[in-house]
Amino acid sequence: MGIDLALIWAVIILFGILMYVVMDGFDLGIGILFPFFGDRHDRDVMMNTVAPVWDGNETWLVLGGAGLLAAFPLAYAVILDAFMMPLILMLLGLIFRGVAFEFRFKASEARRHWWDKAFIFGSFCATFFQGVTLGGFIHGVPVANRVYAGGALDWFSPFSVFCGLGLVAAYALLGCTWLILKTHGGLQERMRVLAKPLTWLLLAVIMVISVWTPLTHPAIAARWFSFPNLLWFAPVPVLVLLVTWLLLRSLTGAPHAGPFLLTLALVFLGYSGLGISVWPYIVPPGITIWQAAGPAQSQGFALVGALVIIPFILMYTAWSYYVFRGKVTQEDGYH
Amino acid sequence: MLDALMLSRIQFGFTIGFHIIFPAVTIGLASYLVVLEACWLKTQRQVYRELYHFWLRIFAVNFGMGVVSGLVMAYQFGTNWSRFSDFAGGITGPLLAYEVLTAFFLEAGFLGVMLFGWRKVGPGLHFFSTFMVAAGTLMSATWILASNSWMQTPAGYAIIDHQAVPIDWLAVIFNPSFPYRLVHMSLAAFLATALIVGACAAWHLLRGTDNPCVRKMLSMAMWMLLIVAPIQAFVGDLHGLNTLEHQPAKIAAIEGHWENTPGEGVPLTLFGWPDMEAEKTRFAVEVPHLGSLILTHSWKGQFPGLKSFPPQDRPYSPMVFWSFRIMVGLGLLMIALGLWGTWARWRGRLFDAKMLLRAACWMGPAGLVALIAGWITTEVGRQPWIVYGLLRTAEAVTPNTTAEVAVTLLLFVIVYFVVFGAGIVYMLHLMQAGPGPHSIPPSASGDGEERRPARPLSAAPDNLAPDNAALDGRPGPGPADPTSGPDMRTR
Ligand code: HDD
Ligand code: HEM
Ligand code: HEM
Repeated sequence: MGIDLALIWAVIILFGILMYVVMDGFDLGIGILFPFFGDRHDRDVMMNTVAPVWDGNETWLVLGGAGLLAAFPLAYAVILDAFMMPLILMLLGLIFRGVAFEFRFKASEARRHWWDKAFIFGSFCATFFQGVTLGGFIHGVPVANRVYAGGALDWFSPFSVFCGLGLVAAYALLGCTWLILKTHGGLQERMRVLAKPLTWLLLAVIMVISVWTPLTHPAIAARWFSFPNLLWFAPVPVLVLLVTWLLLRSLTGAPHAGPFLLTLALVFLGYSGLGISVWPYIVPPGITIWQAAGPAQSQGFALVGALVIIPFILMYTAWSYYVFRGKVTQEDGYH
Repeated sequence: MLDALMLSRIQFGFTIGFHIIFPAVTIGLASYLVVLEACWLKTQRQVYRELYHFWLRIFAVNFGMGVVSGLVMAYQFGTNWSRFSDFAGGITGPLLAYEVLTAFFLEAGFLGVMLFGWRKVGPGLHFFSTFMVAAGTLMSATWILASNSWMQTPAGYAIIDHQAVPIDWLAVIFNPSFPYRLVHMSLAAFLATALIVGACAAWHLLRGTDNPCVRKMLSMAMWMLLIVAPIQAFVGDLHGLNTLEHQPAKIAAIEGHWENTPGEGVPLTLFGWPDMEAEKTRFAVEVPHLGSLILTHSWKGQFPGLKSFPPQDRPYSPMVFWSFRIMVGLGLLMIALGLWGTWARWRGRLFDAKMLLRAACWMGPAGLVALIAGWITTEVGRQPWIVYGLLRTAEAVTPNTTAEVAVTLLLFVIVYFVVFGAGIVYMLHLMQAGPGPHSIPPSASGDGEERRPARPLSAAPDNLAPDNAALDGRPGPGPADPTSGPDMRTR
């Protein structure tokens, strides 16, 4: 046919995951920040800033799973097998938090704190295990005869745990800067104060991961430091430093959308750095997107649906963010 | 016995068993809402509008539960059945992707208007949205059932390099068992919903809450049962004949039928205990020739018994034998209830026949029970195959350790019971509050209304006393709450 279906699907899935990280990132971050803000009304405002959009955000995750199965069944099989534990823990975290979100508003005063705790716990679990999975993924997944060839606990390593904690820091900063954008007054001020140490923390995490990854993964080191790749890579660390500097600067004065957008840029840089490190492998270190591709008939058939419906979803998403734009105050909570 | 394979099966059965309850009610209620809105538009009678808003809230909560439980399903194939995913992903993957995309499409466009747009769009557009949501749930069901039916009766594929490759998508989707399964499952969803609606009405009538809404609900539910329950039995019979053609071992296991006696008809075993070791059905209560009559439509017709299949190819008969009888038994009770309701209606006593109301109350969960029993029959009867005749379940399982599956299963059980338990209790409390003028949304209040998000769960009210009780686990509606309607006070 001449069309590289595997490539198109890889782009769709990468895009889906990016959308997910960007959009669910900040609302998970709000759950992570919850413990630092004990006041009932602050919490209501924080939740109300994401209430209209959170479940739309999570749908990208479902799309990622189904898209992977449709287009790359082998990768789906191997990755989900290798990361069964962290993924299931992540899903359970998401369920808890999603339901807590709603029931919190409906519960009586006396019981509300239980749903608050469920929300915090669910958000933290979901984020941490996403990071762990990511770390394990970078680390590589052994495959023999088209099946996962590692052990049940291979995903658990100091590196992956560090990635888990790192992602918690990243989402916390996303949540924090989102709240700077969406709130005002005392709450916004406290977020602004909190954003600074979080930024430094995230920068530290990024640096540690950038050093740790090539040190312990010779294959990735070889990719990074071989010649043409080096050129691709060189801008990433420079940009990271630049964006961090801008971010810290934007936190002084009267910040609005700046910090959030810059944090997004930072996350995007991290994501692309990761992408460059593994591309074109869908199951590093051994399986490329072309090797994992399902039958062309399957990829083509599913593509038709995806191309019709994804633009529709994007439009609707943009529209709902537009409708719910502006600051959230205590009075105009959505309930 | 409880190895990783068995635990994976239990885990899958548990998570999908929970999931299927919500979509079934979603499908049924969505169509019911279409009917209610159409009646309202046509007659402009208040009852229809009140009922619409009453059931819309329950629909919203239920839909939310369907989405969260469905999120898990999209990952279960990989975590538990990775070798199945690799083998059949090229076929089931795109079908699943279409299911998810359909659900998204729905959520994205029409659900928001349906839930929050009553006062913001014209009646025509609102009705169209309701209709599209209902059509969407049925479409979603179509995709997922195509996938499941393909696993039961594969068609339109070739095996290339140990992978199932689609050759002809039309043949894949319209595989031999698909039409029967689609119709049977959709009707099951309608019946299950009608029984829930009927039980809700009967409960209110028994407690002395009598108003036009409650009466209308009961009346509509009874009509539905009268018409659909017999059709379901008829479709089920056709479904069985189709299964006999494509999966004879399943029918033999359902019937507890071991071998034919030359020249004699096959009896129908009403009850008994199929013994896989002894290869016979113990304590059998039989009706001569009825088996032949039902399955071959002749006096002496024969069909293969379990002994004609090698032992390793036989499904575990006791389970399907009994789950099938539970389903059919409940189906017959539904037909009976429909007839009883009609008789009472004819005598003019539909709304005050205590026995009938009590029976309707008890039958409330029967539709969902029959539905689950039906799925158990279908799925366990397919064993030991996961894709019939192509891939065995034992070869499909992810090579996880027993401990891993045991731990995740335990977590699923705990989380599901807490989370969905709370959701179900909440829906029951919404039903307990009953329909009435209070269930209609307040008039548009400027900006506040404008800002209402299009999210399913927030369509349910926050301020009814029973709701809070629902989440506190306190029994019953609290002390009389002046904000909820007057009708629920009358005991
Ligand atoms: C007969 C109907 C039916 C059946 C057998 C299934 N589902 Fe389903 N599913 C639906 C009918 C449905 C639905 C009515 O269309 C839902 C309920 C709420 C919704 O949004 O769509 C849904 C939701 C839903 C979602 C959430 C989509 C979203 O986020 O909006 C997922 C991921 C799945 N399902 C996946 C599955 C899988 C993997 C199944 C089987 C193994 C399955 N469903 C069986
Ligand atoms: C009363 C007579 C009924 C008969 C004769 C009947 C027959 C059958 C048969 C033979 C199957 C197995 C099909 C297969 O997998 O090969 C089946 C499955 C099923 N039944 Fe029934 N059934 C009846 C009533 C009901 C009722 C009342 C419900 C629910 C309200 C129901 C829900 C289901 C479901 C959900 C399945 C699984 C999906 C499917 O395979 O279609 N059935 N039925
Ligand atoms: C796309 C649709 C479906 C697929 C691909 C599918 C696939 C499977 C798989 C892989 C298993 C495990 C193997 C086994 O032990 O039987 C299974 C079992 C089962 N499934 Fe499904 N299924 C589907 C839909 C459903 C639905 C909608 C239900 C509704 C309740 C259901 C109920 C069951 C049950 C009860 C079992 C039996 C578990 C056991 O063996 O003890 N399935 N199915």
